[in-house]
Amino acid sequence: MSDSTPQIVAQNLTLAYGDFVVQRNLNFDIGRGDIFIIMGGSGCGKSTLLKCMIGLKSPALGDVYYNGIPFWSSGPGQQDAMKRGFGTTFQAGALWSSMTLAENIGLALRQYTELSDADIRDVVAYKLMLVGLAGFEDYYPSEISGGMMKRAGLARAMALDPEILFFDEPSAGLDPISAKLLDDLILELRDSLGTTVVIVTHELASILNIGNNSVFLDPVTKTQLATGDPKDLRDNHENLVVRNFLQRGTAEMMT
Amino acid sequence: MTEARVDSDPGSDNTLLVTFAGDWMLGTGLPGAKSVLRQLQKQVTPDTVSFDTERLGEWDTGLIIALLAIHREAAKKDIKIDEAGLPEGARRLLGLAFAVPEREGDRRHAKETGFLERVGDSALDFTTGARDLLRFVGELVLSLGRFMHGTATYLRSDLLFYIQEAGAQAFAIVSVISFLIGMIFAFVGVMQLNMFGAGIYTADLVAVAMIREMAPIMTAIIMAGRTGAAYAAQIGTMKVNEEIDALETLGMQPVDFLVTPRVIALVLMMPLLTMYASLMGILGGLAVGIVMLDISLIQYIAQTVNAVDLSSLFGGLFKSIVYGSLVALAGCQQGMACGKSALAVGQSTTRAVVMGIVLIVVSASVLTVIYINIGI
Repeated sequence: MSDSTPQIVAQNLTLAYGDFVVQRNLNFDIGRGDIFIIMGGSGCGKSTLLKCMIGLKSPALGDVYYNGIPFWSSGPGQQDAMKRGFGTTFQAGALWSSMTLAENIGLALRQYTELSDADIRDVVAYKLMLVGLAGFEDYYPSEISGGMMKRAGLARAMALDPEILFFDEPSAGLDPISAKLLDDLILELRDSLGTTVVIVTHELASILNIGNNSVFLDPVTKTQLATGDPKDLRDNHENLVVRNFLQRGTAEMMT
Repeated sequence: MTEARVDSDPGSDNTLLVTFAGDWMLGTGLPGAKSVLRQLQKQVTPDTVSFDTERLGEWDTGLIIALLAIHREAAKKDIKIDEAGLPEGARRLLGLAFAVPEREGDRRHAKETGFLERVGDSALDFTTGARDLLRFVGELVLSLGRFMHGTATYLRSDLLFYIQEAGAQAFAIVSVISFLIGMIFAFVGVMQLNMFGAGIYTADLVAVAMIREMAPIMTAIIMAGRTGAAYAAQIGTMKVNEEIDALETLGMQPVDFLVTPRVIALVLMMPLLTMYASLMGILGGLAVGIVMLDISLIQYIAQTVNAVDLSSLFGGLFKSIVYGSLVALAGCQQGMACGKSALAVGQSTTRAVVMGIVLIVVSASVLTVIYINIGI
């Protein structure tokens, strides 16, 4: 799936809040078109790692390279340009509550493209159709359900056809059918547009169904225990903690 | 329901037999495990603790916490626990409680802070607060530059909405307050000036006081409570909901999008509201004046027109622009500095109003001294 040069490289990342270290010495590569899973137990720093990758929280040490360019050592202008290639969906949607769904999705288009208002309206309608919200253009975020907000958040993240899509807990709070549809949508986006996808999740079903690369963060040792294809890690990784996580706590000691 | 009891007897071969009897339910006055713990803390400790629960009635968490206390004490002294005598359910619940051991370093200890340490902490807090404020002012100035150049990202509909919020919708409250302030000044003026037979100068007092000082200050304080608080709450809530993070991840400047339009709206509306407030104050004074003084409407108006010159009016309007920008700055800065909880939104709203009013009064004093010195 991935070609030889990785698109995203995390090098020696150490994440900390003040002098409280969350994770240290993270090293992993993400290839173009990978569906990369950030997994680990509750409170191990998955969301913090994601925040560091999308430019919201600077690392204490190390850097994240996108196509060979270090993000955190770049100037603000370069960082903003790199961020335009990202699309991010937040845990609770984080839609701008004073704007309608159409305005939420259209804002980036209005800002960064030369499209006319009518064209933007068409793009917005198409993105909403993709996430199953056709016809909801003129609703405000407070008027739709939590699951719909998540999907609208995804539509907003996809507005600029980003190279890399980041998801923070995409299927948490969704019913099993919607969660499956979301997984299918993510696969579809990767296959049709070649989008690289980075997902923070602990939904085992999603991890094993769609992930082809991953990093496993451990809250006890505060570093990564494994990186690679989650299916492979489930069956063959030497660390019991990793296998236990991926087998819902039923892993046996390897003989 | 029978009373809960616990006894402990040193039994044979160095075993402490703990007997639970009665109903061990929370909220029924439990004896706790103190008597058992005292036994365990003696010089000569038993090797094993075992339990007898033959006469134990109903039980819930009340029993488990007593058992946990015994467990903990026994662990400290290396005393073995024989759980065989416990009910099946209690054994399992204890097992669950110990299934995930406490992580080293996770527990937080209440820290004793000395007086000097607290003084130092608040001094450091003050300097970081001041530095944050300066940085925010700098960002705002840069953003205003981008706004003037037309390179800032914002929604024109947002700007118009803020203008409506800070302008037209503040009319009612500004009218009422300024009218009443004008009346109060007129009352004071009539009472005092009539003693010298100079009641007619009430018109001068009201007009000069309103236009030069009171209209700008009162309007600004109203806006600090109305609009400054609203700015802090709106931006603070967006921060809690990760809406500001969402803007940043798109490579947009939250200051351009959220702060600059609000500041501009308030700075545009403040002079207009202040002019209107002056008018309402003068009308309030006029109402009192013609009722309590023996003068006609025309006389009062003529006196007012004579009292006011253009420099007073512009001086007052300039003040209102300064106050307006300070109120907007306080509201937006506190909103952007808001923490990520519902409590933090409340705190930043409170701080926005307090900071706004303090800034208004301090700058009013400074401006008045400057005006006197340059002779306005």
